[in-house]
Amino acid sequence: MTAGGALEGVRICDFTGQLAGAGATKILAAFGAEVIRIEDPVRRGKWDILRGSPPYVGEHRGLEAGGAFNNHNAGKLGITLDLRTSEGKELLADLVRISDAVTENFAAGVLDRLGFGYERLRELREDIVYVSNSGFGATGPYASFKSWGPIAQAVSGLTFESGLPDLPPAGWGYSFMDHTGGYYMAIATLMALFHRHRTGEGQWVDLACIEAAGTLHGATSLDATVNGRPARREGMPNSNRSRSPAMAPHGIYPAAGEDEWVAIAVRSDEEWQRLAALIGESWCGDSSWDRLVGRLAEEDRLDELMARWTARQDKAAVAAMVTGIGLAAAPVLRPGERIDDDPRTGGFGLWVDVEHTEVGTSRVEGLPVHLSETDWSLDRGAPCLGEHNRYVICDLLGRTESQLEALVERGVV
Amino acid sequence: MSALGGIRVVELASERTALAGKLLADMGADVIVVEPPEGAATRSYEPFAGDVPDPEGSLWWWHYNTSKRSVVIDLATESGRADLAMLVGTADVVLEAEPIGTLAAAGIDHPDLAPPGSAVVWASITHAGRAMPEGPATDLTVLAEGGPVWSCGYDDHSLPPVRGGGNQGLHTACHYAVAAILAALMWRETSGRGQHVDVSMVAAANATTEFATLWWLNAGQTVHRQTGRHAHTSPTEVTQIRCRDGRWLNTGVPPRQAREFAALRGWIEELGLAEECTTMELLKLGDGYDLISVFQLSEDPLAAEVFQAGRDTIEFLSSHLDAHDLFVGLQQRGMACGVIYSPEEMMNDPHFVDRGFPVEIDYGDGVSHVHPGAPYRFTATPWAATRAPRTGEHQALLDGLRDASGG
Repeated sequence: MTAGGALEGVRICDFTGQLAGAGATKILAAFGAEVIRIEDPVRRGKWDILRGSPPYVGEHRGLEAGGAFNNHNAGKLGITLDLRTSEGKELLADLVRISDAVTENFAAGVLDRLGFGYERLRELREDIVYVSNSGFGATGPYASFKSWGPIAQAVSGLTFESGLPDLPPAGWGYSFMDHTGGYYMAIATLMALFHRHRTGEGQWVDLACIEAAGTLHGATSLDATVNGRPARREGMPNSNRSRSPAMAPHGIYPAAGEDEWVAIAVRSDEEWQRLAALIGESWCGDSSWDRLVGRLAEEDRLDELMARWTARQDKAAVAAMVTGIGLAAAPVLRPGERIDDDPRTGGFGLWVDVEHTEVGTSRVEGLPVHLSETDWSLDRGAPCLGEHNRYVICDLLGRTESQLEALVERGVV
Repeated sequence: MSALGGIRVVELASERTALAGKLLADMGADVIVVEPPEGAATRSYEPFAGDVPDPEGSLWWWHYNTSKRSVVIDLATESGRADLAMLVGTADVVLEAEPIGTLAAAGIDHPDLAPPGSAVVWASITHAGRAMPEGPATDLTVLAEGGPVWSCGYDDHSLPPVRGGGNQGLHTACHYAVAAILAALMWRETSGRGQHVDVSMVAAANATTEFATLWWLNAGQTVHRQTGRHAHTSPTEVTQIRCRDGRWLNTGVPPRQAREFAALRGWIEELGLAEECTTMELLKLGDGYDLISVFQLSEDPLAAEVFQAGRDTIEFLSSHLDAHDLFVGLQQRGMACGVIYSPEEMMNDPHFVDRGFPVEIDYGDGVSHVHPGAPYRFTATPWAATRAPRTGEHQALLDGLRDASGG
C-alpha cells in the first residue's frame, strides 16, 4: 500500500512464503503494489516456517516476532482464509476476481489440489497472471520433488561450482537460490503484468528455481556443450580464482587477526606490474610472471607469496593500498562491519526502519536500487496473522462487519 | 508474441550489464548492444569455442548476449556520440555501467540524452550507486565487501572463505536492475515518463546474504561459515554426504515423520539390505512420532535417537547407492534432498531434458550449440533465444537511422 510507487494500482493475491516466494512479492510491495498475503488460520500461518522463527526481533518472541518473516514480508497486507471450507474458497474466488496476479511457491500442484489451478483462476478472471515458483517446476519426472534453497543450489550446479580443489563442495552458506529464485519470480511477474497491460492477455508462468539457477553459470555450461570439457575435472572448481575471464593473482588472502581476509583481483599484466611495484619484494620481479600465462602456470606459488605479504597486514589497509593504485581489492567484511560501518549501505538507504503492529520498530533490508521518480518505499513491517481481514474482506470484498464476525466465529478466517 | 516486444533497449556493453540485457532480450525486447571499435572487452573472456582465442568465439559472450543485436560506435568521437544520441532517441531503455562521470564528461549521460520528462528509462549499474564514491571492483571484491563471501567456505577456518562461483555478484545487480526497469516501464505505461534507475552492486550483494544480515539486524549476532551448509551463529549438523560413486548429496531436511521412517525401512527391505542395516529397529520406533519437532529433539531422548537413526540410515544408503539414485529414491519417498551436480550434469538430467531446459541455438551453416535455456516458462509469451551477435553485425541499423534523420 505504498503510495505513489511505480506499481500503484497493481494488486497481488499472494500465497508465497519462506524467502523464494515472499522475497519476490516484497519487491513488488516495495515498488507500490498492494500485496495481499493469504495465510491458513488453522496452522496459524506456519506453512511458512519463518513465521515466528529465530532470529527474533530484539527481545520479542512468538508468532509475530520472526525477524526473517518480518524482513521478507515488509510492506504487505495479511489475511487468513481456511481454504478447506467452501466459504473460504468463495472469498478467495472473489479476491482473485479483483487481483492482477496470483503468486505462490507451494510444491507443484498444491494450489491446483486446493481447487485454484490456472484453469480455475482463469475462469475467475480471464486475464489473470499466475506465477508459480517451485524447485523442479510443474512438469517433468521430478515435478513432485521437494526443494529448498540448498537443494536448488545442489541440483543446479551452483553448489558444485563453489569451493576449493580436493575438498567437498563449499556451496553457499545461505539460500542464495531462495533470494535469486525470488528475483526471477519478481521479474517474471512484472514481465507478465507488462504484457497484460499492453495486450489484455494473462498467462501462467511456471518458474523452476533449479532452471533459473541452471542459467547462472553459462560459460561453464557452454564449455561442456561446445568444447566437451566437463566442469567435473581435476583441480576444479576453485571459485576463488577466475578463469572466465582469466586473472591472476585472484584470490582471498589472509590478513592480520583472527579469521580476517582480503580479496585481490589483478585484471591485466599492467596491473600486475603496479602491484609488484607496490609490494616491492624480490619475488615480484620474476619476469616469467610479466604475462598472465606465466602467472596462471604458477598460481599456487603466486598465491602462497601473496598470502605471505597480506598476512602481516590489516585487511582494510591492504585493500586501501591496492585500490589506491587502481586495482580491485576489498576486505572480507563481517555482517556488523558492512551493515553498521560501511557508508555505502547505510548511506544508500539500504537498511530501513519499519513499524510492526506488535513488535514495534525493527530494521529490515530495503532494495539496492533507487528510482528517480517513483522510488521504492517500505514503512510497515510484516502483517500480523489476519491483520488486514477487515480491510480486505469488508472494504475490498464487500462483506459486512457482521458477516466478517460470523466468518471468524466459524473459523473461516 | 513476446512479453517485451516493441521495447528497445540500448546497452553499453559491459560485464556488469550483460545478464540484464540478456534477460530482456530473451523475452523479446530489441536489445542493441553498443560496442567500441575494437569490440566489447568481454569478447576476450575465456573460454573460447574450440579453445581458439577469437573475439567471435568467446563462450562468455555467446552466453550473455543471446538475442541481442550489435552495433559499433566510437564514443571517443563526436560523430559516435551523435550516433549514440540518435540511437537513444529511438530507445525505451538505456542500460549502462560506465565509470561514474565518463558519460557526463562526454555530454552523453542521462541528463543529456534523457532529460527529466523524457520517456526513457535509464539504468546505471555502478559499484556503490551514483552518489557514492566508486573504486575498482570485480565480482570477487564486490562479494567480499558485500557479505556473501563471509558466509561461504568450510568448517576449517584456516581455509579462506569462498567466493560462490559463476560471477553471481554481477548477476545479482542485474537481477535488481531488470526488476527496477520493469517497474519503471509499468509506471511509464500510465505516466508516459521515464526515469533514472540507480543500481548499487555493493548494496545488491548486501541484500542477498539471507541469515547473515538477519541475525545481525535482529539479534546483533554474527554467523560463521560451515562446509556446504548455512553459516550459523552456532555449529549445525553436516548436510553433505559422499555417495558410492564419489558424488555428493545434500541431505536437505532429515526424516522427522512416521511416514518417512516407514518409507526408509520399506526401501531398505526392497534393496535387500535389512540384515546389514543397524538402524532398522530404531526406525520402527519412528512409527510413534507424527512429527519430531525441534523441541522434542532437546527434551525427548528417544525422539533424538530416532531422528539420528534417520540421518544414519541415509548415510548407510549412501555407501550402497550412487548420489543420483539416492536423490531420486529419497525424493520419490517424500524426503527433500538434492544430488550435487556439476552444471553439465544438471543439463543432461532426464527431468530437465524432458522440460526442454537445454536448448539448441542455430549458429548458421548447419551448426548449432546447446545452451542453458529458459529460467522460466511463460505460457503465452515464451522465452526464446538466438545466437549472440558478431561485432557490429547490425551496423545497418545505424545507417538506417541516419538516413531517416537526414544525417
